[in-house]
Amino acid sequence: MAIGTMLSAFRKLSNISRITPFRSLSTLVLAEHEGGLIKNSSLSAVEAAKSLGGDNSISLLLAGSGHSLKEAAEHAASSHPSVSQVLIADSDKFTYPLAEPWAKLVHLVQQSGGYSHIIAASGSFGKNILPRAAALLDISPITDVTKISGSNLFIRPIYAGNALSTVRYTGSSPCMLSIRATSFPVASETADLKSNAASIEKVDLSTLDEDESVAKSTYVKLSAQISERPDLGNARIVVTGGRGVKSAENFKMIDKLAEKIGAAVGATRAAVDAGFVPNDLQVGQTGKIVAPELYMAFGVSGAIQHIAGMRDSKVIVAVNKDADAPIFQVADYGLVGDLFDVIPELLEKLPEKK
Amino acid sequence: MKIMVAIKRVVDYAVKIRVKPDKSGVETKNVKMSMNPFCEIALEEALRVRESGLASEVVAVSIGPVQFTETLRTGLAMGADRAIHVEAPENIYPLTIAKILKALVDIEKPGLLFLGKQAIDNDQNQTGQMVAGLLKWPQGTFASKVVLDKAKQVATVDREVDGGIETLCLDLPAVITTDLRLNQPRYATLPNIMKAKSKPIKKFTLQDLNVEIKSDLEVVEVTEPPKRKSGVILSSVDELIDKLKNEARVI
Repeated sequence: MAIGTMLSAFRKLSNISRITPFRSLSTLVLAEHEGGLIKNSSLSAVEAAKSLGGDNSISLLLAGSGHSLKEAAEHAASSHPSVSQVLIADSDKFTYPLAEPWAKLVHLVQQSGGYSHIIAASGSFGKNILPRAAALLDISPITDVTKISGSNLFIRPIYAGNALSTVRYTGSSPCMLSIRATSFPVASETADLKSNAASIEKVDLSTLDEDESVAKSTYVKLSAQISERPDLGNARIVVTGGRGVKSAENFKMIDKLAEKIGAAVGATRAAVDAGFVPNDLQVGQTGKIVAPELYMAFGVSGAIQHIAGMRDSKVIVAVNKDADAPIFQVADYGLVGDLFDVIPELLEKLPEKK
Repeated sequence: MKIMVAIKRVVDYAVKIRVKPDKSGVETKNVKMSMNPFCEIALEEALRVRESGLASEVVAVSIGPVQFTETLRTGLAMGADRAIHVEAPENIYPLTIAKILKALVDIEKPGLLFLGKQAIDNDQNQTGQMVAGLLKWPQGTFASKVVLDKAKQVATVDREVDGGIETLCLDLPAVITTDLRLNQPRYATLPNIMKAKSKPIKKFTLQDLNVEIKSDLEVVEVTEPPKRKSGVILSSVDELIDKLKNEARVI
């Protein structure tokens, strides 16, 4: 009888371990840095790592070279209270974020660290590197996760956000995901928490060149758009113009309005293709995904592909001449009218930004 | 040099999709299917490279059920020289697709592999990066401009990244995934559609290529996103400012 009880207890135990394949969690977060600071989207990835479970030890992986890496590592160590370790890969191969050395680096660090999860924000950096690293590790990664429901259960949008797919990762560890930064906002007070700085360790890069592809790509240049506006991905207010704005010259009205209320400027594909604004302002399925407190769309019809990039905004305002434009179906406040009348009136009547 | 282009058949981009009531997925029966828009751009780019004399042949590849050959016919009608269809179940994950593409690259030995940056159904944005990793080839993802230098055997690729446009130089052979602004795909003309019917489509099975389906992911359910509550149409700018200030409290 006693043996029977013990046996059933044992069975229960082994059941539990089968349900939770990762008994202790350890997460590697691939972090981006710029000007000696960790990018906000990477801190969102740390937030996502935190929501995997309670006893998760989180390591940040930074790569780069020289002084800016050192500065970024120090910032990383005190950037978030949940970060327990900062790993740095210092080599001129990482001066620019090339996928070939980076993917090999993730492969190396995973082999020595045995992490249960590897996470990056799903910007152009994470989307470029993570799948390549996953292939080296023979793992199916999960893109653009918007909700973590368990250590191996995730929700991600498919079909331009018109359906939500719940997926379970059933493979051996690590479980790799890129997360949608706007779905994991960083609590503001964590940013200046200076106590409990994490340890900083160097990654052994002696076997980096084993991957023959590492030397096959070179960085030439970055043609960046310099802007004083808030970053589109993190802005509290976004003002967007579409085809209805008609010209690059007219788009300055959108700029002016954005400036007045402290907003970032976005655009539809039509506005980018017509050359009104550069492509990195495109909001949508294939551009940036935003979720600001206020999203104001001017001359935007509201194609499926555009809605995909802004449907999670808290308040949506649409101004369009066409009362049947699909944008009005997602707008909280709609105004049927000519944007060339409405914007000047808004400029006149809106209060200055605080 | 030969160019290989991977093509996917997806629900047409303009279709408003419906989630199945049993939550097993999205309804694809009796729904208009088309070539994934990013794949069209990849094929167009390959055709332009061939037309500029830098490549000798364009091979279109598609992996999926038998209906995928219709999409390959569209590719042949656009101008691909021949096609390869790998018979496989629907909805296999990018890792398996990447392994199949690697097996085909080992057979065909192309100098360039073009793919779209993402399929508009699963929105994964993974396959090109994965096949590049498996082949140990360099990758140029989200390409908005591709310039080939045949003498030096390099490709210069402009990439659409978060902060603007990044330019990379890749040794050939390489994998390039295409962004929307790379080009404007051509339409297939009727004579070319007729001609495409006699172009060859070679068939492979997963056994032929010695690839097993990796199933380390499982779709638990597919649901509709939460609906936004219906909004109001306002009559004046003053009313709008009042609502934003006093009701939504966002300005």
